[in-house]
Amino acid sequence: MDKLPRWADVVLVPLICLIIAFLICGVLIWSIGQDPAQALRIMVTGSLGSTYAWGYTLYYATNFMFTGLAVSIAFQASLFNIGGEGQATLGGLGVALSCLLIPWPHWSLALLGSIAAAALFGAAWAFIPAYLQAKRGSHIVITTMMFNFIAYALMNYVLVNLLRPLGSMDPASARFPAVVNLPKLGEILGLVGIPFSTRNPANISLLIALACAVGVWALLWHTRLGYAMRAFGKSEKAAIYAGISPVRITLYALALSGGLSGMMAINAVQGEAHRLLLNSVEGAGFIGIAVALMGRNHPFGIVLASILFGFLYEGGSQLALGTSIPREVITVLQALVILFTGALPYMVQKPLERLFAYRRAA
Amino acid sequence: MDLISFLQILDSTIRLATPLLFACLAGLYSERSGVFDIGLEGKMLVAAFAAAAAAYATGNVWVGVLAGIGASVLFAAIHGLASITFRGNQLISGVAINFLASGLTVVLGTSWFHLGGQSPALTGGARFDDIVLPFATKITTATPPLGLVQEVYSRVISGHSILVYVSFLMVPLTWWVLYRTRFGLRLRAVGENPAAVDTAGVSVTGLRYAALAITGALCGLAGAYMSTALSAGFLREMTAGRGYIALAALIFAKWRPWYALMACLLFGLLDAIAIRFQNINLGIVVVPVQFTQALPYILTVIILAGFVGKAIPPRAGGQPYVKER
Repeated sequence: MDKLPRWADVVLVPLICLIIAFLICGVLIWSIGQDPAQALRIMVTGSLGSTYAWGYTLYYATNFMFTGLAVSIAFQASLFNIGGEGQATLGGLGVALSCLLIPWPHWSLALLGSIAAAALFGAAWAFIPAYLQAKRGSHIVITTMMFNFIAYALMNYVLVNLLRPLGSMDPASARFPAVVNLPKLGEILGLVGIPFSTRNPANISLLIALACAVGVWALLWHTRLGYAMRAFGKSEKAAIYAGISPVRITLYALALSGGLSGMMAINAVQGEAHRLLLNSVEGAGFIGIAVALMGRNHPFGIVLASILFGFLYEGGSQLALGTSIPREVITVLQALVILFTGALPYMVQKPLERLFAYRRAA
Repeated sequence: MDLISFLQILDSTIRLATPLLFACLAGLYSERSGVFDIGLEGKMLVAAFAAAAAAYATGNVWVGVLAGIGASVLFAAIHGLASITFRGNQLISGVAINFLASGLTVVLGTSWFHLGGQSPALTGGARFDDIVLPFATKITTATPPLGLVQEVYSRVISGHSILVYVSFLMVPLTWWVLYRTRFGLRLRAVGENPAAVDTAGVSVTGLRYAALAITGALCGLAGAYMSTALSAGFLREMTAGRGYIALAALIFAKWRPWYALMACLLFGLLDAIAIRFQNINLGIVVVPVQFTQALPYILTVIILAGFVGKAIPPRAGGQPYVKER
């Protein structure tokens, strides 16, 4: 069978998957007696129509960049880290402890502290399953999945019994001191003269996420470790023959992945909530899977896919406000994107290959 | 703790273990045939929703059960299409199925019933009644103290819905199918070495689809039990991670039916304890309720890591079968 041209594989296949997913969701919306075209219009104006709306879209996109990069860096070593949710939860704990326990003099120092704490906590939470896979042969998918639930129970315990301020009923930490609040994206863009709303949660973490994307790209394609990880992902046997240690690669890949997941908390916990909530991750760890698949496992694609999912996520909220369509329509769309890009790629790829082969023959 | 509360905990252990047991045995068929299934949760959820909706619409709980099985089998068919026919990634397909169920049940539920994703309460013939077994006493608040044997029999063994007994009968049935029938032998073989089965002239695809159909049906029963027997109607996200606990139980049982029963009873007991007691004071240490809730997952991690025994999955699990040409 002829191979697809590269542009078709990278652009056309995810695009077709996305269109199929959108069409199915359109039918779903139509079947519950609503107007799909109207719904799409509300989503677009609600999430892209103003800088205020863009702020929310980019805030969500920032979360998904971190978790998407996390899933993809593990994918490169052909490891499926399904535990982004738990790692981001632990990252939140790291951020909260850093912000609450250390009297930071300035937000920039607090940010550095939070990055270190979030990455460390997330990486540690991924390191245990990685160690168990590398040394004890337990399946990474199952272990990371179990660690999501353990993280949730742990967070519940920590918030209810340790971090909850006296007299407060809801399971959440105290508010962080105002000095650690991160600068809003609008304020930063204002410095260079671009008018952008500041009444939204988009903040400096977006720039950190973009820097991480560049960092992941450089690591994967321009360092020895990245080469080893990709080689291990392509063929474990060949990599071992070339002297690459599977234990080392598994540990590094998962620790990096967990660290990136954990760093999501800088945006969600320090950037937006300003305190640690029970469910600060809100499913972003799982959306990372869809983002990594949609972005074709490349940092550039992941940035684009994150913005797409940020748009969908914020659009979904607008949908719930403006119509009687529940926002869970977006969950369905996300499921279909994962299904078509991740589990059914051949369904789209094979007919395309045949089409291209036919055109070449003609 | 007095005898009655002890028996009450055992009673709710059995109720809570039932959906786990159905789902665990469901996963057993699929994984023994070489198809990983982390979509048990999604299939249970969609079945719970379909069962509640159909039972509410028709007033007949059995129609609900059939609808639940139908919805769950449909989802299993999607999984089969992705992981058998199109040779995609079985784990990713499972993740997609879980999200699909989670989103679809809320979207359809909200627009059908206008109750924010929950179904109307099921009453009368639209839900399962508890059965009082022969020679048992129906337990009410006014029941006088009985003899020890009568207490255990009436409170723990008797007084469940029919699906509870069906789930327990599924254990010997699954054992018999797996180890005493031709289908079972082939099923186990296809999960270990599909090429050998193929060489013997038996269809790998056919066997795996058959296994997934059974998985779908059993997950359907698990979901239907949750919305029409354990509670009286559907609530959003009502399976609340039970599909994952069932998966944990399957690993804990090392993919064997009788051990699956033990694992599900153990995890059901932990659930019952967590619901009844909050923090447990053992004198020296206080066990927080969160620890009891996380214990099934922690135990599974320990057993997977081989610190206690060794859980070895079916060898061909997770790999799509490609016929050699």
